[in-house]
Amino acid sequence: MEQAGKFPAFFVAVSAALVVALGAGVAEAATGKPVAAKIGVISIITGQGAGYGEAITNGLKLARDEVNAKGAVRIELVIEDSSGKQEQALAAGQKLINSAQVVAIIGPTLSTEMKVVGPEANASGVPIMGTSTTAQGITRIGKFVFRNSLPESQAIPASVGKAVKKYGIRKVALLYGNDDVFTKSGFDTMKKVSEDLKLNILTIETFQKGQADYKAQLTKIKSLSPDAVFCSALYEEGAVILSQARKMGIKVPFVGGNGFNSPKVIEIAKQAAEGLVVATPWFAEKDDPKVKAFVAKYAKAYGKKPDQFAAQAYDALYIMAEALRKAGKADRAALRDALAGVRNFNGVLGKFSFDAERDVEMEPNVLIIKGGKFQLFK
Amino acid sequence: MFLEQLINGITLGSIYAIVALGYTLVFGVLDIINMAHGEIFMFGAFIGMLIVTKLNAPLGVAFLGAILATAAMGYLLERFALRPLRGRAGAAHLAPLISTIGVSILLENTAHHIFGAGNQLFETPFAEIKYQVGTATVYLVQVIILAVSVLLMAGLSLWLGRTRAGKALRATAENLETAGLLGIDTQRIITATVVIASAMGGVAGVLVGLAFNYINNQMGLSMGLKGLAIIIFGGMGSVAGAMAGGLILGLSETFVVAYGSSGYRDAIAFITIIVVLLFKPQGLFGQSMPDTRR
Repeated sequence: MEQAGKFPAFFVAVSAALVVALGAGVAEAATGKPVAAKIGVISIITGQGAGYGEAITNGLKLARDEVNAKGAVRIELVIEDSSGKQEQALAAGQKLINSAQVVAIIGPTLSTEMKVVGPEANASGVPIMGTSTTAQGITRIGKFVFRNSLPESQAIPASVGKAVKKYGIRKVALLYGNDDVFTKSGFDTMKKVSEDLKLNILTIETFQKGQADYKAQLTKIKSLSPDAVFCSALYEEGAVILSQARKMGIKVPFVGGNGFNSPKVIEIAKQAAEGLVVATPWFAEKDDPKVKAFVAKYAKAYGKKPDQFAAQAYDALYIMAEALRKAGKADRAALRDALAGVRNFNGVLGKFSFDAERDVEMEPNVLIIKGGKFQLFK
Repeated sequence: MFLEQLINGITLGSIYAIVALGYTLVFGVLDIINMAHGEIFMFGAFIGMLIVTKLNAPLGVAFLGAILATAAMGYLLERFALRPLRGRAGAAHLAPLISTIGVSILLENTAHHIFGAGNQLFETPFAEIKYQVGTATVYLVQVIILAVSVLLMAGLSLWLGRTRAGKALRATAENLETAGLLGIDTQRIITATVVIASAMGGVAGVLVGLAFNYINNQMGLSMGLKGLAIIIFGGMGSVAGAMAGGLILGLSETFVVAYGSSGYRDAIAFITIIVVLLFKPQGLFGQSMPDTRR
């Protein structure tokens, strides 16, 4: 997105009837005076889920330093803590909107938090972009609400579709965590995709968070001998399920949702993780110079590999910067229109566009665990 | 499939039973529910895991280590969280209960700090030994879990019913002051009870690690809640009740999944408990309150 974006960006902006604003902006940028903007960040800095907040703010800070070094845009991040709580997220949002006077907000981390902060930002006319909110209908909150996090409803059809084609899957067993919104909605998508592909669903089994023993469900699944198991689980439970299934002699492929997509699966399940297929927006080992450069810079700055949350946050700030440059000034309404016009942005997640509903449009990577690591599934 | 599911159910039920035995013992003597029992059980699992995977020591050492560590924790729990509250003027009846809740939170977070969050692999070659019985596969671990739970139950029953110490314990349970007047060292009895119950939690922890291969710092909570339900179901303070309740819960959970829908797993198991309690409010083996509890 370095320089190549300039021309298409120009045309998009023109067609968006922003001629006046743009004229001023380009002139400003051309004379070397950067667009200075304060961007608010709501993330989980303390409490449970602080790991996400750490990854997200790390990704944002790295992107900020790079963007500022380039000179066209000068971004200042104002970071607020939500602790993963709705009311605290809302308070943080109000503070950013009213007293810090930010031009846009990145965050909050959870979909439940976005459901309260989104309407507030929308009513105040402040563009807000979720980088990790994957629940359905988030951007329908209003025309100031964006996200760049791929929802499960787009990721799962990709992984299921590819696995079905490759392995000739006809009959499947479905297994999911029924006490978690995320895994439940992943399951709904799996079920719908299975029905669309006319697969024979042999059984639907459930489990609960933190369960230690999955033998009853797995014994039943084994006796039905499916071609594959579609499993909507978070990696903690998912890895244990895989391990117990393999030990029991269930050798068929497993297809998981995005919650399954973590190197932790391999760490926990070891050998048993082999053959797990997942779809994900972020693949750190991708053979792409942009991805390699980001991973190297992130690892140097923070001493660990970037995860999906860091990558999505990193791209989100670049998208903001791109839109700010296009808008030409730190104006909330102008920034919103410029954001809505972002198409074919080339980031570390791949080619990214906002659709007409300001939701994500991108092709996820389908991965398989092979030889103890995630590889592209072909 | 029936045979395999039966084995799954008995294994799960036996583990529930051992956890419940620890609760029932403490409740029988002290009349309080030890909310920290689940966390002590979790610590037992972690210590067993560390001994097996980090020191490469044999399983016997792991059991011994877990027993020693959890027994020590039981002693500390009694000494610092329960004893200071006992017989103190103005201490509410629920104070010891709340105190054990505090200990459980402390232990859970300590485990988080020491062992980290998330599942940890508990891997031993021993857990891989299996036999083919007809169409079903039986793991040696599953046999041992059942054997240990039966032995613990039988041992406890004998100890309580036939030995001098057991008699003293029952007397203490019946009336602390009277037992004291009759020359029983009630302090020692209470301490011994909490220590023994905790050590049993440690044994259960190692067995869970062997059976399911994974342990985490949250496992105390879920197992603890099941254990609580079981002692109410089996009869508060009843050893046989804990055993029967554990097996019934384990088997019903497994068979609901096998022949019904796994979504109703907990619902059916707990509806069974509610129905039994409607007809027998004191639990399966419980006796009505004024009588002795055993």
